[in-house]
Amino acid sequence: MARPRRPQARDAEGGSGKRPGQPRGDRGRRPGGPWPVTRRTGPAGGGRFTVNDGSGRGGLRRGTLRAEGEAAGTSRAGIGARRPGRGHGLLHGELGTRWGRRAFYRKFELYSMAWNLKEDLRDCLVAAAPYGGPIALLKNNFRKEKSPGSRPLLEIYSASGVPLASVLWKSGQVVELGWTASEDLLCIQEDGTVLIYNLFCEFKRHFSMGNEVLQNHVREAKVFHTEYGTGVAILTGAHRFSLTTNIDDLKLRRMPEVPGLQKLPSCWAVLSQDRVTIILLAVGQDLYLLDNTSCSVVTPPGISPHAGAYVQMAVSFNYRYLALFTDTGSIWMGTSSLKEKLGEFNCDFRAPPRQMVWCTRPRSKQRAVVVAWDRRLLVAGNSKECIQFVLDEDSYLVPELDGVRIFSCTTHEFLHEIPEASEEIFKIASMAPGALLLEAQREYEKQSQKADEYLREIKDQNLLAEAVRQCIEAAGYEHEPETQKSLLRAASFGKCFLDKFPPESFVWMCRDLRVLNAIRDYQIGVPLTFAQYKQLTIEVLLDRLVLRRLYPLAIKICEYLRLSEFQGVSRILAHWACYKVQQKDKSDEEVAHAINQKLGDTPGISYSEIAARAYDCGRTELAIKLLEYEPRSGEQVPLLLKMKKSQLALNKAIESGDTDLVYTVVLHVKNELNRGTFFMTLQKQPVALSLYRQFCKHQELETLKDLYNQDDDHQELGNFHVHSSYSSEKRIEGRVAALQNAVDEYYKAKNEFAAKATEDQIKLLRMQRRLQDELDKPYIDYSLHDTVYNLILDGHHKRAEQLYRDFRIPDKRFWWLKISALAEREDWEEMEKFSKSKKSPIGYLPFVEICMKHHNRHEAKKYAARVTPEQRVKAHILVRELDQAADAAIEHKNENEMNLVLSKCTAATDSSVVEKINRAKAQTLKK
Amino acid sequence: MSPLDRIANVSVLKQHEVDKLYKVENKPIVSTSDQLCFLVRPRIKNMKYVADIVNADKAMGRSRKYKIIFSPQKFYICELVLEEEGIYGDVSCDEWAFYLLPLDEDLLSMELPEFFRDYFLEGDQRWISTVARALQLLNSLFGPFANTYGIGRCAKMVYEVWRELVEESEGDSQARRPEISHVFLMDRDVDYVTALCSQVVYEGLVDDTFRIKCGSVDFGPDVTSSDRSFKVLLNAQDKVFSEIRNEHFSNVFGFLSQKARNLQTQYDRRRGMDIKQMKNFVSQELKGLKQEHRLLSLHIGACESIMKKKTKQDFQELLKTEHSLLEGFDIRESTSYIEEHIDRQVSPSESLRLMCLLSVTENGLIPKDYRSLKTQYLQSYGPEHLLTFHNLKRIGLLTEQAPGETLTAVESKVSKLVTDRAAGKLTDAFNSLARKSNFRGISKKLGLIPRVDGEYNLKVPRDMAYVFSGAYVPLSCKIIEQVLERKGWLGLEEVVRLLNGNEFAPTEPVMEENPAWEAQRVILAVFLGGCTFSEISALRFLGKEKGYKFIFLTTAITSSARLMDAMLEAKV
Repeated sequence: MARPRRPQARDAEGGSGKRPGQPRGDRGRRPGGPWPVTRRTGPAGGGRFTVNDGSGRGGLRRGTLRAEGEAAGTSRAGIGARRPGRGHGLLHGELGTRWGRRAFYRKFELYSMAWNLKEDLRDCLVAAAPYGGPIALLKNNFRKEKSPGSRPLLEIYSASGVPLASVLWKSGQVVELGWTASEDLLCIQEDGTVLIYNLFCEFKRHFSMGNEVLQNHVREAKVFHTEYGTGVAILTGAHRFSLTTNIDDLKLRRMPEVPGLQKLPSCWAVLSQDRVTIILLAVGQDLYLLDNTSCSVVTPPGISPHAGAYVQMAVSFNYRYLALFTDTGSIWMGTSSLKEKLGEFNCDFRAPPRQMVWCTRPRSKQRAVVVAWDRRLLVAGNSKECIQFVLDEDSYLVPELDGVRIFSCTTHEFLHEIPEASEEIFKIASMAPGALLLEAQREYEKQSQKADEYLREIKDQNLLAEAVRQCIEAAGYEHEPETQKSLLRAASFGKCFLDKFPPESFVWMCRDLRVLNAIRDYQIGVPLTFAQYKQLTIEVLLDRLVLRRLYPLAIKICEYLRLSEFQGVSRILAHWACYKVQQKDKSDEEVAHAINQKLGDTPGISYSEIAARAYDCGRTELAIKLLEYEPRSGEQVPLLLKMKKSQLALNKAIESGDTDLVYTVVLHVKNELNRGTFFMTLQKQPVALSLYRQFCKHQELETLKDLYNQDDDHQELGNFHVHSSYSSEKRIEGRVAALQNAVDEYYKAKNEFAAKATEDQIKLLRMQRRLQDELDKPYIDYSLHDTVYNLILDGHHKRAEQLYRDFRIPDKRFWWLKISALAEREDWEEMEKFSKSKKSPIGYLPFVEICMKHHNRHEAKKYAARVTPEQRVKAHILVRELDQAADAAIEHKNENEMNLVLSKCTAATDSSVVEKINRAKAQTLKK
Repeated sequence: MSPLDRIANVSVLKQHEVDKLYKVENKPIVSTSDQLCFLVRPRIKNMKYVADIVNADKAMGRSRKYKIIFSPQKFYICELVLEEEGIYGDVSCDEWAFYLLPLDEDLLSMELPEFFRDYFLEGDQRWISTVARALQLLNSLFGPFANTYGIGRCAKMVYEVWRELVEESEGDSQARRPEISHVFLMDRDVDYVTALCSQVVYEGLVDDTFRIKCGSVDFGPDVTSSDRSFKVLLNAQDKVFSEIRNEHFSNVFGFLSQKARNLQTQYDRRRGMDIKQMKNFVSQELKGLKQEHRLLSLHIGACESIMKKKTKQDFQELLKTEHSLLEGFDIRESTSYIEEHIDRQVSPSESLRLMCLLSVTENGLIPKDYRSLKTQYLQSYGPEHLLTFHNLKRIGLLTEQAPGETLTAVESKVSKLVTDRAAGKLTDAFNSLARKSNFRGISKKLGLIPRVDGEYNLKVPRDMAYVFSGAYVPLSCKIIEQVLERKGWLGLEEVVRLLNGNEFAPTEPVMEENPAWEAQRVILAVFLGGCTFSEISALRFLGKEKGYKFIFLTTAITSSARLMDAMLEAKV
């Protein structure tokens, strides 16, 4: 059977006969990212990365990076155009291991840089953000003379070298640059001040690393990333370390002193272990570990005693591994806990390297470090062999999650350990199912029957599904669309011969690759690998695009990936709008209109946020216009208040019908305006006014009075005084005075009734007081009725009469009241006298009722005789004289009354009455 | 019983290490506990009480932890008061979004009795959004409401706020088949008359007599005929009560005695039983019978107690007066009846209620009566009621007929308010326009007074008027019936005009063609400012007649006495 040909694959292998595919101990371990990426922490709350370990200050010599023994790069297309690297599947090097595992490495070009750098990288302060992030250069930083013409210049580029922004540096001497997890640039100055810029060189804020630094100066600094956020560590001239683990929640920690440290350490690094941040530093041949409280000497296990002094160290992307370079050219590799040694490599170069970084990937077969000197790049692992490249140019290494990016003045390359799927497919003479499938598809396109042979070979081993999976996976590792396509075509071809291959992985790979290709475009310049993209998550990627103001692309991606509006498009539009309001050259109307046109009623859009941004930019009018689009009043009001548009805020609050909101505005306005204006404002807003009144009723009674006064609301003023006459005033004089005030107000309000009633009350109060004094009984607070009642009850009939006359109590009431009181007193004699004093205005039935109520049937009978004929039946029933009641009813010939009597009869005792009535009824019927 | 009792009673709280429960009021708290938790409505008054307690502790140099839980939400003003009282830093605050308390299978209460005074008297709209949120809650539980009707200014505002809430949360609502087909929102001030009438349906009567609190009633010793009083939950679970709650009181006694006889026969069955049957009887039926027995004797006791109370003040006379007020006959006679009522100090809130009923049915009192009744009342019950009268006037319950002000003048005022939408929303009509009741006109248009031909058979009611002894169809229920029947306000224009407008209906009524579905329409009746048990009974009756299922959502259960109490300017 013919072997599939691998025309583009070249064997760079040194001939160690070890085969790939050996058992891998670390398979299945969660690769890469040290912690789950937290979303929504910021526009770019991305994963962690390490940047610029301090040695990159210079840069490498100009020249193309290439593997030894390999021909120089292919012809260069136009500047910035994306070109293929050195061909896919090109294996640039291989490292075997003691345990028989072989790892292949390749390096390919991402971009030829669009920048036109005149300076050497080594003359600039460089910082490149991982995850394909931006590159910051500070030029002229190292010049001693500070003439105005040679001020430092801060420039920020995309990873493809497209300039994003630049600014003339006018602050102090910068020691170090670094990027935060949200792609903000940190500029650490000698005096300990850290300035934060966004990636458009716009200043955001600053903070200080402590006062002690002022004298001693920052000598070295590092920016690092842990689960707490972005941290900064500094080394001062006094050889002391300070650090903060989160610049957004600044807590400075001064690390303990290193005993006997007289000079700056030769190298140091920040480690993060078990959520504790520590510093590892080397002084000569000694290693020190600095934690919060102590300093301890440590020795890496298995290091040769003749290794020499440490000159360089590197920590891996995930803080798990540590590499140490000594002046004898020995590289020690181990875990950063210093408990295990992974390997050792001795190279011939003893000069301290410019940079040393780890090059691993999730599920790496081989942990390797990349060491860069001025002209040389070396990839070393736990193996006798190493891979070497010659550097033609100053180069700068950026460690990534799954490899190392290397950029120079002209190119930007990516060096990584080849993932297994790619290796399987592209390795020379590979018989892996994926490789066969790719070949089968190619033959199929050529309409060759070999396609069938290859396919059969895979199917015979029952590996077709595996083959498809390999092709799909490998497509993800390719940067070149053509290679991606051919792999995907092969996968698609293979899928046709499978019954039940779940389509999701294929579909998702196509989608992801489309997104990746779009953002890798040199105009965009975000060279994310598939693994980095997955680690970063789509949400963070979108945030980063938004941060770069690439709104249309971000929206296209959202739409393409069918993200929910709330998560995707709306958020991006909102960011766009926030940016839009900062464009000062357009009129308020234009901007507001443009924003509304684009945003409309998209769900999840907060116009108030956009308006707040507009206000921050000093565009109050625009902010108000934008707020008009905000449907939720609750969101409008706080900003309106902030902008001192209290009248408008009040209107909005009232329209919302939200009482709480109205209160908020009212009390805010109360403090803001003077009293007069405040009252005037309230007069126009009855709802607000009534709320404020309620507040005053409880909290500020005097203000309430002022409010009524201002309004000439005499009725309410009168009520106010009446209320205080019984609630707040205790003394009689006070109460009378309050009531007198009320009378005046009621007259002013033309409420004569109330005035008269209040005057009567004053009269009554005075009277009650006199009674109280004379009779030594409490009368105050009784109503007029109760006063008179009590007087009668106590037998003061004269006084009762007097009140009756003075207050013109209606006769009926007086009679009711008097007979009730007398009955309660059981003063039957007085009652009878009273009943005869004149003709009763309430008749005599009430007498009967009241006597019966007090169970005096004897007295009741007296009055029953005196009631009017119409009430006679009722009266007789009341005193339980059913017989006479029946007589009266029959006399009246009133059927209702007869029935009433009947209903009171009980068969046992009143049979004669029943008979009588029934007879009468029968008689009436006859007629 | 308080709403808290219904949710977590004392023993539950004790299990959670609550030491003691206090009412939040103007009293110091004597307790050795080192933590105090206040569960309060967001009111300034409550904040002051809390502040007093905290400050008293401070003065005594004792330190405790304080937590205030605001239900249903915290208001900014409360925090401000805490701050002014200097205890803001001493307390921690929380919110408990409690909206609905199911009192019964078809009755949800928000337990906000203060709603009535706050909104209709003080013009305070704080509860509008609370009600809207309660609606939103139901909306999210039972699917979108298909058709929403309503009348009243407050109803309209609630509706609008609720619509906004719905729109805000539109994203996460799935297309569900609506379980509630109709919603009807009504302001209490659309119909004061019904609320002012004496209730004669059993449940209403129990409420009027004993005051049902949170669906439970405290039967005193006079009912239980023992020296203890019993707390009884009144709901559909109570087998005896559920059968008599909606009955006219005159039927209740008969029913109860029938029930007693049935119970006796049930008991008697055990006479002829053998051992096995007896075992069955004891294990299965006896408990239920005993339970029923207990309830039966309680309700009989309650009936007796009601009879005793009601006959004392000649209940018949009172009802007769009410009926003539409703019908508009013998106004003079009724007026003097009320006057006598006041003179004899029968009951302050009863007298006030009758005055209001007179005013509302007669479109205001004639000036002479207005003055004299008020004077009488002040003489009987004290001068502070001057403020009560002011409140009643403001809310439109007790007004004076303005001489010369014809209906057209009122009309123009109304229409001006209605057309100017902004004004309608913003202006506070509570001061400017005391509501005019046009009860006579409305009553005629809707036929609220059934024509009497012979005796009204209360045992087999023919319409909703039975809840008022056949004398009057409750206006609120009639409106709901009409709107449901007409599927809108079409043909009711005149009535709406007389009710001062503010009606609304869905722009495109959703008509479900499926007759089976139509037949079991579920209707949510929302009463803003409270509804009475009579209204509930009337609508339950209507539902049975027409095959609707009514569910009631009210800010609180109300009654004439509660309405009057809300208007009183109490002496503090």
